[in-house]
Amino acid sequence: MTEAATIEVEVTAIDQVTPLIKHFRLAPVDGGTLPAFSGGSHIIVVMHGAARAHRNPYSVLSPPNRLDAYEIGVRRMEESRGGSHFMHDSVRVGSRLQIAHPVNLFGLDKIARKHVLIAGGIGITPFLAMLEDLYGGPVPYELHYSVRSPEHAAFLVRLRRREGGRVHLYCDSEQQAIDFEALLGNQPLGTHVYVCGPGGMISRVAAVAKDCGWPDSHIHWEQFSAPPVGDAFEVFLARSRISVHVPPDQSLLESIEAAGVEVPYLCRGGVCGFCQTRVLEVDGELLHNDHFLSEAERASGKTIMPCVSRARCRSLLLDL
Amino acid sequence: MSTAFKPDETFRDSFTFRNSEAAIRRFPMPFPEDNYMYSVNIEPHTAGPPGSVTEFPIDIDEHYVAECKERALVLAAEPLRFQALPHMMSAQWDCLELIMESLARDYPQHFALARAGNRWHWINRPLGINRHFTFGEASSLDRQPLDFITRQAQGDWVVMDQREGDLWTEAGMVTTQADWSLDFDVGMTFKEWHGPVPIAHELGVFDRALKFLLNLRLGAPVRRLNWTMTVHPRLDTSPENYPFWGPDRAAVTALNAGDLVNLRVELQGLWRLPRSNAVVFSIRCYLISLRELVTVAKWGRRVHRVLKNLHPELVDYKGLARYRDAVVEWLAPYDDGVPTTPGTAPE
Repeated sequence: MTEAATIEVEVTAIDQVTPLIKHFRLAPVDGGTLPAFSGGSHIIVVMHGAARAHRNPYSVLSPPNRLDAYEIGVRRMEESRGGSHFMHDSVRVGSRLQIAHPVNLFGLDKIARKHVLIAGGIGITPFLAMLEDLYGGPVPYELHYSVRSPEHAAFLVRLRRREGGRVHLYCDSEQQAIDFEALLGNQPLGTHVYVCGPGGMISRVAAVAKDCGWPDSHIHWEQFSAPPVGDAFEVFLARSRISVHVPPDQSLLESIEAAGVEVPYLCRGGVCGFCQTRVLEVDGELLHNDHFLSEAERASGKTIMPCVSRARCRSLLLDL
Repeated sequence: MSTAFKPDETFRDSFTFRNSEAAIRRFPMPFPEDNYMYSVNIEPHTAGPPGSVTEFPIDIDEHYVAECKERALVLAAEPLRFQALPHMMSAQWDCLELIMESLARDYPQHFALARAGNRWHWINRPLGINRHFTFGEASSLDRQPLDFITRQAQGDWVVMDQREGDLWTEAGMVTTQADWSLDFDVGMTFKEWHGPVPIAHELGVFDRALKFLLNLRLGAPVRRLNWTMTVHPRLDTSPENYPFWGPDRAAVTALNAGDLVNLRVELQGLWRLPRSNAVVFSIRCYLISLRELVTVAKWGRRVHRVLKNLHPELVDYKGLARYRDAVVEWLAPYDDGVPTTPGTAPE
């Protein structure tokens, strides 16, 4: 599939909204408007670091009807491979970045009778744009927002100002926790639940919803995995006939791209399935870190998502 | 292409539709080689050569005014050819924007769009329309947005909502179709909608096509060609009106096929829509009579060979069973056995 051209943007504002989260405003360099999008969309931000380029997915949190700029929130990751540190430490007002057109893998269901939104920490960002699509509409909704402590509750003031009682805040520091059983056990038929946050929260919501009898189609979640660091390994690309070295702090996808081989991708976070690649041979173990492949597909050893997954192996042969 | 419209040609009764020589040269021939089988023949919808039907994302040709008149006739008799489920309103506005922006940008001699925030001003000179309205406010147009704009566009338009890992056919304007019904299919999933297509399911074509379309990207539309044949240049070959056109097929003989039978090609475009995250599927129908077609020697040879060797299930599904042999016989004198060059270009 061809990609739409990337868009050149300039950082026009940076705000430290919590001790860990910075809020960036990205405006098109040519001064025009950006493509319209729907709430829940993310963009890939391309950062040209000193050593290499980073391409990270970030949810667009600004209102979908405001197209003079996109806004994103970036949390400084402790185990960063460089992307979030680059955004926090090297990007200034006036810096130029490239972004791809928005992609929505976490859209609101348009025939839902009610929406329950559950955010953990930085997971609030896609909901900020989704709330813009919901506000003033006929379908009821509520937001449950869980944070470590009040100072980590990014964007809370603006949420409360408009949404009032529809926003429920839970602070770990105050021993407050979302009672998922109570929340999901007592919703009208036709309710959809959306969760974005740490992995543990997502699996908990999915498990409780299932126990309460929710159909899979009514449970939505998004979690971008940052590609984890790991041991270096070698991969041979069968069609390109080249060998590629994957260093510890670079993903398989990034290493293949750096070698000049194009792999189609969308989310770069293990969610969309777009970069799925056939494994022809592996002498060792595939380390799957995606949220896309089924258990059976993982067990087959025949396929891998190079955006987030790695291998611990003596050799790996890919159909690229 | 500088377009001289032919507003009075007809697609029913008198059937005065004809292609100019220029329209024949730009006809989207769907056969790159001398035989045909289904494939996921999807390619990026990028700009083709000047004058070609893919020069611009949405093609306007000499039949524009006449086709819009034909659509109005169909809708007057059968209003349910336009349908939109209530949750498709934002997708309707997305479609209106896509069509207006494309036409105004690519055909400034015919169309103009001025936007001041949500206050829009649309001018369609060929159809004599001059309208101020508020984008996003349904009451500012006298019709629903998709109805309003697709009455001013050639081809059928189907809008699919994306949810539950599927695409749902939930809005559309369908008056120029090859024997399928929006009224019957509205609300269906992608595979339900394509249920009647033979062979392709077994080939996995729809699994792959659905997976591909679920990931269709904003700003990166795609296209494919599909084809069938139609007796008379009739745009509305709908199941609803089968009694009017079905019997025509019995009239085809090896003597009259050149004038009666038309190759019917659909240029299908697919766009991700921005605000609704829906996908719009445009099905633009081009017709060419066999007599017009054989004026390009390569096409006469090729279409003869494709039809002669067409898989029997495709002959049935495309509704050609009654007259395929007559068409092949009529085309035979135009096939001297000379090898054809690869690709679809005239030569």
